[in-house]
Amino acid sequence: MAETIGFYLVAAMALGAALMVVMSRHPVYSVLSLLVTMFCLAVLFMMMGAYVVAALQILLYAGAVLVLFLFVLMLLNLNQEHAGRSSRSWGWVGTLIAGLFAGQLAQLFLRPLSPLWTSSSSAPAGTVAELGRLLFTTYLLPFELTSFLMLAAIIGAVTLARGRR
Amino acid sequence: MTLPLQHYLVLSGVLFAIGLAGILTRRNILFLLLSIELMFNAANLLFVAYARMWHDLGGQVIVLFIITVAAAEVTVGLAIAILMSRQLRTLNADEARSLKW
Repeated sequence: MAETIGFYLVAAMALGAALMVVMSRHPVYSVLSLLVTMFCLAVLFMMMGAYVVAALQILLYAGAVLVLFLFVLMLLNLNQEHAGRSSRSWGWVGTLIAGLFAGQLAQLFLRPLSPLWTSSSSAPAGTVAELGRLLFTTYLLPFELTSFLMLAAIIGAVTLARGRR
Repeated sequence: MTLPLQHYLVLSGVLFAIGLAGILTRRNILFLLLSIELMFNAANLLFVAYARMWHDLGGQVIVLFIITVAAAEVTVGLAIAILMSRQLRTLNADEARSLKW
């Protein structure tokens, strides 16, 4: 019962903050709303037993990605950005498409599922030891490949931000 | 008595749709990047929920990879945003059309 109440509370906060991300006028408010959404999702991860993922969600998303966003917002000239919305006549088309997409997804997700979910006691907890073992055995190749991705991203960002010589 | 899986799935779907609506309705490149982050988060929630349903921690490992990819994506995207505001004097994604015919 407490889990249900907690879920609805956190889910409502996440949805409200997500709407704020999309609809707010100023990018700084949008970034701060996304921060709230990420904290709510971290709570949900914690409720599902994904402890490492919840911690990394806060450390990497809230701590690194959103701070990077805020730094870039301070670098940019914010006065010119207020015309962020497209013309009125096309805004509702996008909203309509997204609404139809949400309806389709809900219809897909509300099908009856196998009862595997209910036996929560045997579900493995996402601890550091378990995830680390998987990461260095089964998923070793993708784990190593992410280092190439990070290298490419670093080189790309530096090359782009340095400008043309 | 645990919460049914569908709650998490529907929440994830609605979050994804909100991010999609943001991409379709906003034209500022910063809002586009933030909406993409929102969609990444919805996918993460889906992966963790299914990982718990199938009792397989592989879903949580995938989430770690998604977080890495999202960090790489946002780094390059923000560098492009800085470059756009410096060279084109705008952040409107519709005005960056030098690569279109």
